[in-house]
Amino acid sequence: MAPARDRRTGFSRRRQYGVFMGYVLAVAGAVVGLVLLVASTFNPPAFSALRMGVAGVTTPVSTGLATVGSSISGIPDAIGNYFFVKQENVALRADRERTRALLMRARTIAYDNRRLRSLLAIRERSTAPVVTARLVSSSASSGRRYALLNAGRWNGVLPGMPVRGPDGLIGRVVETGPNAARILLLSDGDSIVPVRRTRDGMPAIAAGRGDGMIDIRSVNATNVRFNAGDLFVTTGTGGIYAPGVPVARVTKAGSDSVMARAFADPDTLDFALVERMFMPVPPPRPVTEQ
Amino acid sequence: MSRARVVDSVDYKPFETKIPAGRSRAIPWATVMAGSLITIIPVVATIPLLPPFGFVMLLAWRLLARFAFKPWAAAPLGFFDDLVSGQPLGSAVLMWSLAFVAIDMIEQRLAFRDYWQDWLIAGGLIAACILVGRFIAVPVGAHVDTILIAQIAVTILMFPLAARIVAAIQNKRGAE
Repeated sequence: MAPARDRRTGFSRRRQYGVFMGYVLAVAGAVVGLVLLVASTFNPPAFSALRMGVAGVTTPVSTGLATVGSSISGIPDAIGNYFFVKQENVALRADRERTRALLMRARTIAYDNRRLRSLLAIRERSTAPVVTARLVSSSASSGRRYALLNAGRWNGVLPGMPVRGPDGLIGRVVETGPNAARILLLSDGDSIVPVRRTRDGMPAIAAGRGDGMIDIRSVNATNVRFNAGDLFVTTGTGGIYAPGVPVARVTKAGSDSVMARAFADPDTLDFALVERMFMPVPPPRPVTEQ
Repeated sequence: MSRARVVDSVDYKPFETKIPAGRSRAIPWATVMAGSLITIIPVVATIPLLPPFGFVMLLAWRLLARFAFKPWAAAPLGFFDDLVSGQPLGSAVLMWSLAFVAIDMIEQRLAFRDYWQDWLIAGGLIAACILVGRFIAVPVGAHVDTILIAQIAVTILMFPLAARIVAAIQNKRGAE
């Protein structure tokens, strides 16, 4: 390619100053970027209003694209279902026969559980979800793991609320706009969830690794052995996540710090339930003047 | 081959009507912003493998059509990219502005470039931008480095596509 032809500005002062100002502005842009970066590092929610304003426009677009995409990718499934409906029916009938006894037992246990709980007078918190919505897009080009939910302040979603899917915990809300909310996924490097092992209640911490997996670290003991297949659920410590929500399953045995895979696999996320904070931080006590 | 096809295959069309000046100035901005909006595709990804296509478009415009952008255009475009990419606000403003300055410095030393050299320059800047962006956004201890290399490779391979888009639009834009 031939060299740019207006490298020389000639004798025109106006042109010379114009080119010079262009470069001054270019360097000024870099300086402004640095200032913004420092500001957003020390105060991450500083520009959330701007970000969520843009997200409010992009989220409906993503929702529309998702609907179109799923209806197109659903066509082969629909055809398959049409042809295999008879076999499926037979399999389902057999399955129902097999699980009937189990269902009876589960009902009895649930009844007993309810009765015993009322005896113990355990204070049950309402677990009604705030809203059920879809995760429509994510920060797929960035190292951070955020997803956008197509529900926001208009639906009652507030920062700090936990988000769970049908299979397990997804993450929590960090920023909200009028019709969109930004979710910090479990696998983000900044996400930390207190968990306990279902088998023996041993406490641990589930920290995101940034590559889609989760690190399970023991907290109060050294030389703790983790086996592959150990299941971890939330403890309720910290007050954000309700206790007993499935979080992750250990993939490879090890001690003290092992890798685990989240139950709610974000690649296949469909619907997400936004719930109230389990035990919100109480408002500060009013200072009495003396 | 019919006569019409022969005439169509000639690139030099001096009397073809060009895009009017206002729209012609707006199109590069629109294409870069559309590239940034690649993050709105409805996928909830577990790994950061999507290329930052806005940056690739910006580099293609800057390297192939030098006067499409003023030298300061990188900052506002980077600001928009930060709003939709999930990176901390300011990282693209900084990196894209520095990329423009770097290209200017390269251009002073390397006046006659061919397409492969453009691709090489773009590749270097893409790798630098993604790497620095990783250390800005993610703690040093996070395990994203292998995926990052894959993302850099994918992004560098996107440059020819961006160059094609730029070339197609540049043919339609009027001479400046």
